[in-house]
Parts: sequence; C-alpha cells; structure tokens
Amino acid sequence: MSLTGSFIELDGLEKTFTVRRRTGLLRREKREVRAVDGISFTVDRGEMVGYIGPNGAGKSTTIKMLTGILTPSGGRLRVAGIDPARERTRLARRIGVVFGQRTTLWWDLPLRDSYRLVHRMYRIPDDRYRENLARCVDLLDLGDLLDVPVRQLSLGQRMRGDIAAALLHDPEVLYLDEPTIGLDVVSKSRMREFLRELNATRGTTVLLTTHDLTDIEQLCSRVMVIDHGRLMYDGGLAGLHEAGGGERMLVVDLERELPPIEDVPGARFVRADGPRQHLAFPASASAAPLVAAVAAAYPLVDLSVREPDIESVIAKMYGGASGGTHERRRESLR
Amino acid sequence: MAERLRTAGAHGSGAVEVLRTYRLVAAMWIRSTMTYRASFALTLVTSFCVTFFDFVVILLMFGQVQGLGGFSFAEVAFLYGTTGTAFGLADLALGSLQRMGRRIRDGSLDVFLLRPVPLLAQVAADKFALRRLGRVLQGLMVLMWSLVLLRHEVAWSWGTALMVPAMVACGAVIFMAVMVLGASAQFWLQDAAEVANSFTYGGNTLLQYPPTIFAQDLVKGVVFVVPLAFVNWLPALYVLGRPAPAGVPSWAAFASPLVALVCCAVAGLAWRAGVRSYRSTGS
Amino acid sequence: MLRLYATVAAGGFRRHSTYRVATLAGLFTNTVFGFVLSYTYIALWAERPALGGYSMADALAYVWIGQALITVCGMMGGGFEDELIERIRTGDIAVDLYRPADLQGWWCAANAGRAAYQLLGRGAVPLLIGAVAFGFTLPAGPAGWAAFLLAVALGSFVSFALWYLVAMSAFWLLDGQGVVQVAWLAGLFFSGMLLPLNVFPGALGELARALPWAALLQVPADVYLGRYGDGWGLVRAYGFQLGWLALLLAAGRAAQAAATRKVVVQGG
Repeated sequence: MSLTGSFIELDGLEKTFTVRRRTGLLRREKREVRAVDGISFTVDRGEMVGYIGPNGAGKSTTIKMLTGILTPSGGRLRVAGIDPARERTRLARRIGVVFGQRTTLWWDLPLRDSYRLVHRMYRIPDDRYRENLARCVDLLDLGDLLDVPVRQLSLGQRMRGDIAAALLHDPEVLYLDEPTIGLDVVSKSRMREFLRELNATRGTTVLLTTHDLTDIEQLCSRVMVIDHGRLMYDGGLAGLHEAGGGERMLVVDLERELPPIEDVPGARFVRADGPRQHLAFPASASAAPLVAAVAAAYPLVDLSVREPDIESVIAKMYGGASGGTHERRRESLR
Repeated sequence: MAERLRTAGAHGSGAVEVLRTYRLVAAMWIRSTMTYRASFALTLVTSFCVTFFDFVVILLMFGQVQGLGGFSFAEVAFLYGTTGTAFGLADLALGSLQRMGRRIRDGSLDVFLLRPVPLLAQVAADKFALRRLGRVLQGLMVLMWSLVLLRHEVAWSWGTALMVPAMVACGAVIFMAVMVLGASAQFWLQDAAEVANSFTYGGNTLLQYPPTIFAQDLVKGVVFVVPLAFVNWLPALYVLGRPAPAGVPSWAAFASPLVALVCCAVAGLAWRAGVRSYRSTGS
Repeated sequence: MLRLYATVAAGGFRRHSTYRVATLAGLFTNTVFGFVLSYTYIALWAERPALGGYSMADALAYVWIGQALITVCGMMGGGFEDELIERIRTGDIAVDLYRPADLQGWWCAANAGRAAYQLLGRGAVPLLIGAVAFGFTLPAGPAGWAAFLLAVALGSFVSFALWYLVAMSAFWLLDGQGVVQVAWLAGLFFSGMLLPLNVFPGALGELARALPWAALLQVPADVYLGRYGDGWGLVRAYGFQLGWLALLLAAGRAAQAAATRKVVVQGG
C-alpha cells in the first residue's frame, strides 16, 4: 500500500475548483482555481510538522483532503496506508482534528457530555476512554471544568477542551488548525507544552497550521511553506529564515532617549521611538549574546524579541514579487 | 486483519449504524434543549397548538358546510389524521434536514464529515426537537376521532383495518424520502431549501382534503410525478369504499409500500450524489 | 436623520435582492400553496356561496393576497427577528445600542427595505399567476390599487412593531424560541392566513378582527376588495392599522428602554 513506508504520503496532489461568477446581468464567467497545485511530501510517524502559508495559500484545502472531507482532483494521497477520499470513516477513527475557530463541543452542555458522545461515537473501549480522559484532564488542567457548560468557558479553556475531545480515541495523527489563535501568553505556552509532551510520550504525529511563528519555533523541527497551492519550502526553521532572509527584532526600552545603538556586533539599528529602539538581527542567530552586549553598555529597562511574521518571511523569500497579499491563487481563465 | 473484519462488520450493518448514530446525536440535543426548560415547555405546547389550529380551520369550515367535495366531516378528518400523523412522524425524525443549507454555508458540515459515523444520521439528528412530537400527537388524536365517527360508516374488515397503520407508516417513509431528496438538493442550491417545503408542508395540506375538490391534472401529478397520493389518498379512498381518481388503477391502493421503497431508493441515490458533489467542490 | 434611515432601508432592499435563488424558491412555494388553498376555497364557496360576505372570486383573491403578503406583512415570521434575537443572545446588541441611530428606527428602516423587496420579488408574481389561473376579483381602478398598497405598507409596519416587541423578549429569556413560536402561532391564526377572519364564527370572529394581526392581511385584503368603500370606511380601516401601529411601537420602545437599562447595569 505504501511506497516509502511513511505515515503520510502526498504525491503530486492537486485540487481544482470551478468558480462561477456573475459578470453581467445574465453572463456568467466560469474559471478554474487551482487551490492545491501539485504538492508532494511525506511525513514519518512521530514527526511534528508546521504547515504554514498566507491565507488562501491552500493550507486548509490540503488538510481537508488529508482528512477525507474533500476528494483530490489529481495526484496520490495515503494516510496510514488509507486513501482518505475512499475510506473516510475508517480513517476518521485514526485521526484527530482541531479547528481553532470552530468548536466541536456542545454549547449548552457540560464538557463531560461532549466527551461521552465521543466515547460512544468512536466506540472507545471503556478502560481506554477512562485512562485517556484522566490523562487529558490532568495535562490540560480540565478537572474543574468538566461539569461546566461549554458556553461558560473562556476561549483558552474551550480550546483545551477541544484538544482533549480530539485525543480521546488515541489518534495516530493530530491535525491542528491555529491551535493558539486568540489565546493569551500563558495559555499559549501551556498549549505548546502539552503538544510537546503528547508527541514525546505517545508518539503522535502532529501537523499544525499557524500564523504564530513561535508555535513553529517551539514545537516543530520541520516546517513546510505553501503558497499559491505549491510547496515552497520544506526543511528546518533556521533554513526558512535563511531562505527568507528573515530577521528578528530586538526591542529595547532604555531609561531615557539615547542616540541609536550602533556599536553592538551582529545587530542593525532600525528605528527609535523615544527611549525605545528597534534592532534587527539574523533570525538564525541567538538573541542571548546580543542581549548581554546591550545590557552591558546601556541602561536597560525592558526588552523583547519580536518574531517576523509568516507573511513577511514568505514575502521576502520570493523577492516580494508574489507578496501573497494581492493575488492569492494562480487562476487560469477558461 | 482484525481491523479489516471490524470495518467490514460496520459496513454490513449500515442501517443499524445510522440508527445508533441518530439516537446518540438526538439524545444530546434533547439534553441541550432541557437546559432551557421553560422555553421547551412553551415550544411543545405551541407545536401542538399550531397543528391544532390547522385542524380548527377544518372545524370552522364544517361549521359552515355539511360536506366538502362530497366527503363528510368524518371522512375529511380521516384524511387529515392519516396524513397529519405520517407527516408528523417524518417531521419529527427528519425535520432538521431543511436546515442543512446553513451547516453547509457556515462550514460546520465539515466537522460531521470528520466523524466515523454516517453523515445522513448526523445531519438528520442535528437540532433534534422533541417538540415536533406535538404534531404527531395532534394527528393521532384526529385520526382516532375520525375512526370513532367512522366505525359504522365503513365496512371494516381485517384488511381495511390493517391498511390504516400501514398507510401511516408508508406515508411517513414517503414524506421522509421527499425530505432527504430536498436536503440532497441543498448540496447544489442551498438557497432553494424552501422548494422542499412545497412538497412536504404543501403536500400535507393538500392531502388533508378530498382529491375530488382539486383539478384532476393536479391529482394526476401527485399520483404519477411526486407520488404523494400514496401517502393516504389512494389507500384511504379504498378504506372509505370510494373509487380511485380517474385514470388510476384500483390496485394502486395497495402499492404504497412499493412506492415508499422506490422513493427511498431515489432519495438514497440523490443523497450520495449530493455528498459526492460536496466533497469535490467543498462548497 | 431621515436620510440615514432612507440609506438603511435601501441597504435592506439591496441585501435581500441578492438572494435570488431564495426568492425564486419562495415564489414557487407560495404559488403551490396558493393553488392548494384555492381549490379548498372553491369547494367551500361552492357549498356556501357568499360565505363571510365574499363571492368566490373575492375568496380566491383573498387566497393569493395572503400568499403575496406572507413575507411582506410577516404573518409567519417577520423576517428579521431571528437575526435580532441572535444579536441579543450573543451580546452584539450592545454595539447597536451605542450607535447614534435609534435601535428601533434602525431595524424598522432595514425591515421596510426588506418588505419592499419582498413585495416586488415575492408578492407581485404569485398575484399575477393566481389572477391568470383563477380570474379573481381585481381592485376598482388605480385608486383601488393605491388604497391597497397603502394598507399593505401600514400592515408591514404593524408587523414590524409586533415582531420587534417579540424579539425584545430575548433580553429577559435567554432562548427566545418559545416566545417566537407563540407569536408565530398567533400570527398564523389571527391574521386570517388560514381562513378569512370574517368566516370565523361569533365572538371568536369579533375578537380576531379587533386584534393587531387583523391589520396584516385581513384589512389590506378588504381594502383590496373594496369592502371599506372609498370614504370614511377606508379612513377607519387605516385608523385601525395606525392605532395598533402606535400602540405596538410604543410598547416596543418601552421594552427597549427597560432592556437598555438592563444591559447598561449588567455591563453588556
């Protein structure tokens, strides 16, 4: 069944949509949009991969094909040896999916009731269910929330609840769509810690899409960038920064307004807003020596490191030509 | 191998899986509804009253006239009770299907597709509303009343007596098939959901009255095109000892189960085509 | 200020005019129901000519006016209350309350735009189809049509005021569905949607003709059929509609004021 023995295999995967648009009173224009335009990659069991790209790049279309919701228009696709489009319900027992902005929990009922439904829908053996629920409750800190109606949970609590719901049936792979969107800093780091733990102890394969580069940085050893329906990059995060010429920004707050900091090696002064100065440094370099050098020479009040966002990295990566903001998809008129 | 056998088993018992899923999801919705108890009680009562008022119209009509199209009050009540109960059952089971367009538009249908259970069962049980029981109860009450009134007027036999529950069951299945057909169309035309109402609610209204008052072309239409006449008209005319409408063979009174089966097959095919189209266009 | 409301109304019109398929589907459904009801009325009036003072041609006109006005005069749901209730339930209403425009006025204008579109898109065609198929009574000349349109406009505003009041209940009842159901039921029965109110017997008929729902369909239909004449009778009919309109709008305002205080106290 499998060619390479990998857990997820895509070979020239394509998805073409026909879009009809009204152009006049009666005239209609029909055109084909290639949302996914020949993507190939493999993911091994136990990998944790970031899948990123601008809005409309084809990320969610790919995820929908990987889960069997959408039928590919071309190419080959196997997940755990299964063709998702043909055996969607069989595959469903082996995968877990969390959409960041769409909860699968029951709005008016306590969290516990939603889990009970998952228990029965997925036919999870009782002891396995109890064990998994206990583990999720423990690691995701859901103990006090189990009997609270979902509508009363905060966004972060609901996200944790959703992740637990996706893990009760021991999925071999977890697809996460923006798992940290809208969460506060503490909830974000807690979420990341949980995912790392899950991957390390259970060997769950994780594929996550995100706009937050910190997610990728802290979780994924490998990142794939997709734009205009094509795979643009596949490798480590450091390599992405190099490929994109990405720079990170060290923002330092000084005690008072001072002349630009230009004498720290490895940093480039960008601008100053009063006592706050912005210093750029290569994304692949560590911030630590830089911070030490600044702290030694200047009266420091506070500092932070800003990650370049995905859009700007990708924009730089392709010379800004495809910018990714105006023309999202390659379109061919028919 | 064991995995294979298990899935084979699950496929073999498709209908059982559909019913099981339906029960699971419906139970969740009942619990959800019960969190707003006052509102639930109110909706149950109104649902009963809505359909009751529907019948009040017929009572008001018969307050003014002796018969309608040559049918007595008891006979019209019999027609009303049979179609009302059949439609009520179908509406209770699948009434939520007409809301599927909303699920498609806001993308939440995708979540259903991620689960290892049949899609149709999930969509059908979505927003399951126990208040729709009001319509069934009301239909049954009118049916009982009409049977009491008709006990001497109709030459009852085992055959005609059995035809009453069979009529209601087949009628419910025919209405359900029409609802699934309407839902399937929503995969292509989400905004056209209302068209299905003309055949379900409209059909139910039509079948409450004797076929003799309608234009004969309309009657032929619901015999040969959209076979709603098999819900109650044709078998009920037989029970009441009246001739079938012009151009319809007399054995058609017994064809309801067969027609229900054919309707289900057509609806099933349409549903599969709809799901396939949705999964290839994602819209 | 008036310009603002005109803009809002135009927006309501445009917004609903984009749902072309839905309009066509609604048209089809109204026409099917029109045919089914027409035949039952024909049977009824064949047995009892001049029932309720209507000739058969009048009764048939009544059926199709009912189908034409379903969404215009909101006999089976005002067409906006679901959205308003949803905004109240989710708390988005707080944003609307702090808008410079008045909440009731804003929704009223938007609803007027919607009703105008529904009258053109969903009302006119069934009326035409019914007239061709059954040859029912037509109003007496352009003046009759004008009198009818004014009654329809007033009916549509009364409907707005009614459904607005219903929606306000969502401020107190978390789930407004129960109240909506009751209102729906009352509207269905007392508007004369199922059977003309003048066919209702005795006290029930007296009561039904005095309730606000009579302003939605029965009054416009009787204006159409010329049953109020063209003098004081007509003025009385409009007066009936205006009276209920003023009363219901005032009740809606009072509910809105109480709700606003509640929202402010609870902080949203």
